[in-house]
Amino acid sequence: MRRMLSIARKESNHILRDPRSLAVAIVMPIAMLLLYGYGISTELRDLPVGILDEDRSPASRDLVERMISSGFIMDAGRLDSRDAIEPGFRKGRWRAVVAIGAGFSESLIRESVGRVQVLIDGSDATTAATVDNYLKAVLALAGAPPGESGENLENLPLAGRARILFNPELESANFIVPGLAAIILVMIGALLTSIAVARERETGTMEQILTTPVGPREIIVGKVLPYLVIAYLDAALVVGAGRIVFGVPMNGSWIALAAYSLLYLLVALSLGLLISSLARTQRVAMMAALTATLLPTLLLSGFVFPRSSMPVPLQWLGQIVPATYYLTVIRGIMLKGEAWFPVEGGVLAGMAVLILGAAAARFRTRLE
Amino acid sequence: MSGTELEKAASANRARSGPSDGPALAARDLTRRFGAFTAVDRISLEVARGEIFGFLGANGAGKTTAIRMFCGLLEPSDGEAWVDGLSIATRAETIKRRIGYMSQKFSLYDDLTVEENLRFSGGIYGLRKREIDERAARLFDRLGLHDSRRRLTASLPLGYKQRLALGAAALHEPRVLFLDEPTGGVDPLARREFWDLIYETADSGTTVFVTTHYMDEAEYCGRVSIMVEGKIVALGSPKELKENAGVSTMEEVFLKAVRP
Repeated sequence: MRRMLSIARKESNHILRDPRSLAVAIVMPIAMLLLYGYGISTELRDLPVGILDEDRSPASRDLVERMISSGFIMDAGRLDSRDAIEPGFRKGRWRAVVAIGAGFSESLIRESVGRVQVLIDGSDATTAATVDNYLKAVLALAGAPPGESGENLENLPLAGRARILFNPELESANFIVPGLAAIILVMIGALLTSIAVARERETGTMEQILTTPVGPREIIVGKVLPYLVIAYLDAALVVGAGRIVFGVPMNGSWIALAAYSLLYLLVALSLGLLISSLARTQRVAMMAALTATLLPTLLLSGFVFPRSSMPVPLQWLGQIVPATYYLTVIRGIMLKGEAWFPVEGGVLAGMAVLILGAAAARFRTRLE
Repeated sequence: MSGTELEKAASANRARSGPSDGPALAARDLTRRFGAFTAVDRISLEVARGEIFGFLGANGAGKTTAIRMFCGLLEPSDGEAWVDGLSIATRAETIKRRIGYMSQKFSLYDDLTVEENLRFSGGIYGLRKREIDERAARLFDRLGLHDSRRRLTASLPLGYKQRLALGAAALHEPRVLFLDEPTGGVDPLARREFWDLIYETADSGTTVFVTTHYMDEAEYCGRVSIMVEGKIVALGSPKELKENAGVSTMEEVFLKAVRP
């Protein structure tokens, strides 16, 4: 215990003695949150949409009116005929066209289903998919059943009605910020500790420590503790900034969030230590920490791409990414107000123990 | 350290050591191979308690590899060794409590203060804060570093750093102190001062096992061994070695041993 504490104290001294690194550890997460928070947005405000109303009925005019007044789309002009659709796309006047066919009000009355065709510029596939969902949502908000996207209005089987839960304003910040928190925390956490062992290896002080009675567990825990404090501070800053700057709601319990974040940070810090104990130099350790956390989290955790639409092997792979679990937890707590995540919490705790154990085992292997 | 304090420390050390039977350090056919390369080739030696033993050899002769095996940093490929009567193969963790080690590289933290470095060195051996502070204060007085104890270690001259590193490695009063080329890169005067400190440490009962390739330093040792390509080719007191070789300096002894 005394030995572990002296390692923790020494490590704290290193941190406090180096205000620049400390500043990086504190400022970087905030800068990243702001950059990505504003940068990565799946939101499409003021999407230029052309409107073709062939029905010219009170019902269709009412729909158009409500769509525009929803504030989510920009009225890019009314079309007189279908011939005007394509030139407008080519000139970039609109990114999408909502076409209300001639039978709209009739079918609305007879079948209580109003059919609306949505045409989308597919040259940017990612945006197109977003626009598709987006317009469906706007139509839903405007009170009209959404129509099938694309050209096949004729064989539209059923018109569903979407109700958006938990994030009714479709604020992408509510979705993105918790995801960013997951990315930033695992990255910073791993980065902080990745340098910790590699530095000692590089300067030769690790050799000195290994000749003392200090055990691997004492080294590992002693090194994790001070960085846990910093990482926790980072977590508070990131979540706080998400609340204040991006207005992300907090519908759940702070205590639950703090508890699960602790587990997540432990995983991140121990991952950094494991990398650090494998890498020869600080530089390699840093690069490895970044690669091991950033890409898998970004691609596989479900932060950007929904896991349900991934190929099955990638879904499996995503199951070893800690952020996958934390993402469920932080979104669940902040947006849905849940507090109980036995599976995710258990997996994160298991990962922390496993990785810490692996890092400690690496230490036992002396110098080779 | 004043005379009486020195005696006190020495008697405390003897009391702690208990009955000092057997050598402080022994090796029998100790061997370490890295793949096809044999870094340490069946060395055998014994070092008596309280002795200052010089472990000489050119760079790459295998000195560091041997020291690392004694300190539990490397496992031997073959042969046996004992430190303070304990086998390095089975009692490495116990040995670690009883030894001190100062590596070739400067092994204190540059970004910590002098005091913080000593607290850490004592702390990882499980010393209490009071013990550390007492011993550190004695060391600061001895090195004239009392006013510099809050200075960053990086700002000290190398000679001071090395003596501080020695003090740190000996703070927990180890039975055997391993010094791996402790005086690299400093002037003869600083080396002389370093050796004064080694003598004081040995006087308090600690066995000192020191590697060097400075032959003037070899003269300060009680006994020395000369290692060439992993093998010990000469072993004895400097006087014996010089007489056997029929030369007047250790420098010549060494050259003869390396190029027979």
